[in-house]
Amino acid sequence: MTKRMFVKGNEAVCWGALAAQCKCYFGYPITPQNDIPEFMSKELPKRGGVFVQAESEIAAANMLLGAVASGVRAMTSSSSPGISLKQEAISYMAGSELPGVIVNMNRGGPGLGDIGPSQGDYFQATKGGGHGDYRLLVLAPGTVQEAYDLTIEAFNLAFKYRNPVMILGDAILGQMKEPITPKDPVIDDSEVHNWCLDGAQNRPSRIIKSLYLEDGALAAHNLKLAKKYEQMAQEEVRFEEFLTNDAELIVVAYGSIGRIVKTTIRKLRQAGHKVGLLRPISLFPFPKEILLSLAKAGKKFLTIEHNLGQMVEDVQLAICKFATTDFYGHLPGNLPTPNDFEQPILNSLEK
Amino acid sequence: MSKYVDVIIAGFGGQGVMLIGNLLAYAAMEQGLNVTYIPVYGPEMRGGTANCTVVIGEEEIGSPIIFNPLSLIAMNRPSLDKFQPRVQDNGVLILNSSLVEPSLAEKNRLKAYAIPVNELADKLGNLRLANMVALGAYVQATGIVPLQAVKNALPNVISSHYAHLIPDNAKALQTGYDYAQNQGTV
Repeated sequence: MTKRMFVKGNEAVCWGALAAQCKCYFGYPITPQNDIPEFMSKELPKRGGVFVQAESEIAAANMLLGAVASGVRAMTSSSSPGISLKQEAISYMAGSELPGVIVNMNRGGPGLGDIGPSQGDYFQATKGGGHGDYRLLVLAPGTVQEAYDLTIEAFNLAFKYRNPVMILGDAILGQMKEPITPKDPVIDDSEVHNWCLDGAQNRPSRIIKSLYLEDGALAAHNLKLAKKYEQMAQEEVRFEEFLTNDAELIVVAYGSIGRIVKTTIRKLRQAGHKVGLLRPISLFPFPKEILLSLAKAGKKFLTIEHNLGQMVEDVQLAICKFATTDFYGHLPGNLPTPNDFEQPILNSLEK
Repeated sequence: MSKYVDVIIAGFGGQGVMLIGNLLAYAAMEQGLNVTYIPVYGPEMRGGTANCTVVIGEEEIGSPIIFNPLSLIAMNRPSLDKFQPRVQDNGVLILNSSLVEPSLAEKNRLKAYAIPVNELADKLGNLRLANMVALGAYVQATGIVPLQAVKNALPNVISSHYAHLIPDNAKALQTGYDYAQNQGTV
């Protein structure tokens, strides 16, 4: 067995990026994700890669756009206020079909908020974030191993779909340490040379752009993008089911909250309460089908988030023909513990 | 019942609570166990305590954050005041009796150990080893990992700059372990 490493979630993202052959990192410091640029500044140059601390988040995101346009695997990372600044470039990457990887270690908001954990950026991550009719593929790790695995996936998916991919963590995931088992993934970049900008020698020149002024061109482009999002919905849904089979109540929670709720559920199970967990791992595409089938089976639902209610809208939409979901929101500024969720779960069970 | 323990390790900033949290977690990982470590972060850091939580278990670990821990290492009075009431009944308490009156331990409810970690570290020639003395006592009190596993993990959590202090740290772990075994219980 490969030797396990004991690392922070932020560092696991970096190890995942290196395993996925990320060659460039562009960033600007912000808590609680500074371990990422710190790590990349040390490790990327050693491996022949490039680390740039940009003059701003906006610059870093545009550097990412430029790097991936040349077919290189690259990423940027930040936390909530910094991610807002990157949205223009993210929209341009979606419009230009460029495979940037963006990591958001979510902190409290709106505005500068605080530096503690929060899930307040769910809407921003899954509903576009920047302007225009586009989607990011959004992956939400709940463990440090998942932070590693999903970062590798993020690069592969970004290149598979030529679409930006976001890793959505939070200050808990970024700061906590857990063992990870490293991998040696096979990277297939054989398609890259069919679209990237690499000098146009012995081939016609290419243009990578997001501007479509000709009659009907933008509509066609939007439909092309929509097809990718449909394919993602078919092929990229990821979730974890925990004790759902005999459960009367399904708790839906993602990321750090998902794993914290798992402890609550184990405790309530010991007391004989039939509770289970559905933890979405891909937030876009959202695991609608499984929720629908659980709703058809007559389960009750409770959505728990570290915000005042965002993913709950997607849960409700998924199950609306058969069920309604309760909601419990943990406020930012407080570290959530398993105890916080006991009573809300019991309340929903009793309804 | 599968093996499981969680611990809050708390003290003043500078007492090395994060270091021993890391060390315990690393040793547990090397024993093939699942483990999480989380430093407390944000507003909780105000009010006299820096703290971290370590969860160790054979089963997959859910929450890395625990409100009612099974054990507590309290390196100072504010840490004891804040966390002792939260420790589960029959839990383990390691109390730094160099700074905290041992009679404050809820010994009717907890398996409490009063360890004068500062004095013991001082006798070893370096007050900054107090954290290792406390961890040695904790390992004896809980038996969650062998002491040797903790000693073996030292080079992985102490930066290479301080590698020359590893033997002293190992000695401090042993000192705490022996003290808890022989005379630590309140």
